[in-house]
Parts: sequence; structure tokens; C-alpha cells
Amino acid sequence: MTGSIVAIGMGLAAIGAGIGVGTIGGKALEAIARQPEAIGDIRANMILTAALVEGAALIAILMAFLVK
Amino acid sequence: MINVLKIVVACFVFCTGIYAHEGHNHQHPSTTTTTTQNNGQTTNHDNTLNNSQDHSTHDHSTHSHQGHDLAAHTDCGHDSHSEFKADETAFHHISDLNVYSIGPWNFPLPCILYSKDQGWSFFSSSKFDIDNHHHGSGNKAVDRYALNMGRVMRIIDASFPMGEVSVQGFTTAETEVDGKKKEINYVCANGQKYELEKTSSVDGGLFGGGFTSFYDFSITKNVFAMLLVIGFMSILFLGMASAYRRKPSTAPTGSQKLFEPIILFLQDEVAKPFIGAKYERFMPLLLAIFFFILSLNLFGQIPFFGGANVTGNLAVTMVLAIIVFIVVNLNGNKHYWEHILWMPGIPAWVKTLITPIEILGVFIKPVTLMLRLFANITAGHIVIIIFISLIFIFGKAGAEPGAAYGASVASVLLALFISAIELLVAFIQAYVFTLLTASYIGAATEEHHHPEKNHH
Repeated sequence: MTGSIVAIGMGLAAIGAGIGVGTIGGKALEAIARQPEAIGDIRANMILTAALVEGAALIAILMAFLVK
Repeated sequence: MINVLKIVVACFVFCTGIYAHEGHNHQHPSTTTTTTQNNGQTTNHDNTLNNSQDHSTHDHSTHSHQGHDLAAHTDCGHDSHSEFKADETAFHHISDLNVYSIGPWNFPLPCILYSKDQGWSFFSSSKFDIDNHHHGSGNKAVDRYALNMGRVMRIIDASFPMGEVSVQGFTTAETEVDGKKKEINYVCANGQKYELEKTSSVDGGLFGGGFTSFYDFSITKNVFAMLLVIGFMSILFLGMASAYRRKPSTAPTGSQKLFEPIILFLQDEVAKPFIGAKYERFMPLLLAIFFFILSLNLFGQIPFFGGANVTGNLAVTMVLAIIVFIVVNLNGNKHYWEHILWMPGIPAWVKTLITPIEILGVFIKPVTLMLRLFANITAGHIVIIIFISLIFIFGKAGAEPGAAYGASVASVLLALFISAIELLVAFIQAYVFTLLTASYIGAATEEHHHPEKNHH
């Protein structure tokens, strides 16, 4: 594994997902703070979007494993 | 707080136990192969009793050296244990096996094997005479099948005798085939090396196995865990269903109290908003998917219980995704297909671009469902195993006990932390799978009113 370019790709995928999920979580918290009564809808949509973003990163990491 | 401390102490004690066990593994091959060396040193040991500390370290280094030499000469030692490899250990622990191991005990499972030239073979995997010290490798080969690291593999060489043949061990060699590095497993029997095929499984093919000449229909560890969980859930849910039928108007009791809020949550927060008016038709599917995934996720989380990684198996998640794919497309209405094949309300040249993407999207949706669940659960298992592996990495597989004890404190705490996160992930992934299934079904069955048509 040492010196493999695959490791860089996995790191980049993690960075992308981190930015994405972080933005989603941050915006969701802002929305909840502004409108606490809508917490149910916001939470459901937050998890849905976070799962979609995370899915892309996980596929990238899986591909990294497969081409290793 | 005291309970948490107790758990930490219990985990620590158990991990040091594993460490001692692994250390034994490491020395096991060399003690069997270099008997003369041992005898010489035993007499030496008797003479110089007070020099025992020095002696034991010296003893160890010569042992590993001897083991390595032997492996190099005949290519036929237990060289897989001469050096600790964290990634191999992780992949071994997340893969499906033909034996259910809990700690040092191996419980045999039925093997159902088929190959074109040999036909069907039925036998218990205890026939392989499973070794307690080498992660479930078989000491015997049965009908040209051998058990390597708990997985049934077939010996390619047709000259290998049928019936039960005792084998000396397994080795792995890396060779280059068509410019690609390939790991080939060999079994050693009668002083000779025989090439082994890869395991016959769907994810085995993805991780470099390819197609094999035999098919493995065995009740493997994953299948056994699945049957166990299905049996448990059937008892639980059928009992609850009959309780609701008998007393429909009374307050819920027992397990009903636990499950009624979850089922109501799925109905009100997942099914109704995403599917709409026709949600009742799909509730059985959504509930089955949710509780099947959730219970298997949680079953895989039980520590020291074999760690059956069922929802972290690509074949299992693929079947779940295919079921969703079939349900979504069978229930797709006119609007759904219209939006895929000839999107209304946009210029014709854009339609020619969008249609291929939409058709791909039909297949990408279940593929991402499959990969998301698989990757999340597998990643969690791998992370926990890697943290436990830190003990062996720092301890250099038995050479430095002090570093291993130090690392075990940190690794147990880290593994405990990740386990807590994985508990959360078990619920979230079951929820996400159900939520996405509901949203795909909702998109396929939705009645469109096309308010945007008025603008064009």
C-alpha cells in the first residue's frame, strides 16, 4: 500500500464527502434554529441528502479498493 | 460510569487474551518444524535457569528465522503467520466463511458443493478437521476440496486423490499474470504443492476471484446468521401480530411497546410523505427491508460472537437492491416512464441528451443502494478490526509484549468508540435504505400535474 496513488484518491474522496456532509449538517442546524417546529422534516431530508453525498464518497473508496 | 469502566476492563482482558492466543499461533509452526532445535535448547534451558529471560528472547528470534528458512526452502510452511498483515486480517474477518468461529471454538457448517466433473458433494465442514490455531484452516482435504482460512477452495490438479487426504498447510504466492499481480493459494500435501482455485462467491469474484469450476451452495456463516435472525424475527413479529389480532383495542404490551413507535415512525415519517396516498401497499415491503437490515446490522455488531458481516456482503445487499429495482419499475406509472424516455417540457435536442442519462439513472439508483449499505457496514467492521490490529502491529506479532500491552489500552478505547458510532450507523443505514426505497417508489408512482407546462 505504501506509495500508492490510490491512497491519495481515497483521501480526496473523504475530503469531498466531508465538505458535503458538513455543509448539509451546518445548513440543517441553521434551519432548525430558525424554525424549530420543522425539525422532523429537516432531519429526514438532511439524512437523505447526507446519505446521497456519502454514497458518492463510498463508491470512490470502493473503487480505490478494487483497483488496488 | 462504573458500568462503562467495567466494559473497558472486560474488553482489555479479552484483548490481551487474544494477544496471548495469537502469540501462541505465531510460535506454533516453528515448534512443530524444528524439533531438534527445541530439544537442544531444552537441555540448555535446564543448565542455565537464571538466564531464562535472555534465553527466551534469543529463542524467539531463532525460531522465526528457522521458520522463514524452512518456508523458503520447501515453499510449504505456515508462512502466512510469520508476519502480521493488518489488511489480510481485516479482509479475512469481514469475508464469508464455511465455519462459524467464536473465539477458539469452531462450529462446523454444512457444505453443499457442486462441480461439473464431480457432481454434488454434501458433507459437514468438520470433515476438514478444522485447525483451532490457524483461523479455521482444514487439516484434511475432502474430495479435492480444501478449507483455507475457513473458506472452501478446490484443488485444480486432477491427479490429487479423492476422499480424505491430510494436508500439511497452505501458502500464498504472488505471481504476475498478464501484467497483473495475482495471489495464488497453494495447499501442501504429500510433500507437494497443489494450486487452489479462489472461493466461489459473488463478492469473491469482485475481489479478484473470477469464475470458478465449482459452485458453493453451502450454508455459510452469513447464511446461518441470516437464518438465525429470520427465525428470531419471525417469532417476535408473528407473536406481536397475533397479539394485535386478539386484542386490537387494548394498549400495547411487551415487545409491542418497543416496536409500535418504530413502525408508526416509518409509516408517518417515511411512507406517507414520500409515497403519498398509496403508501399502505408498500408498508410491508418497507417494514421488512427496515427490520431485516437493522437486525442483521445489529447482529453483526455483537462483539466476540463470530461477527457475521451479512449486510456487509455485496451479494446480500445486491439481492435487496434488485428487489427494490423490481418493485419500483413494476409500479412505475405512465408519468414515470415518460420522464425517463421522453422528458416533457424541454426542447427536443436536450431530450436526446437527457434520455440516456435518465435510463442510466434507473440502474444507478439500485447500484448506489447496494454499495451504500455494503460500504458503510464493511467500513465499520474494517475500522474496528484495524484498531484491534494495532495491538499486533505495535507488538510485532509477539516480539514486543510491552508495546502490545500499551497499544491494547488505546486500541480497545478506540474500538469501543467506533463500536458506539457503528451502533448509530446500523440504525441510520437501515433508515436510509428504507427512506430511499420509499422515495424511489414515490417518484415512480407519483401523479404529475405539470404546472410548469403553463409557463412554456
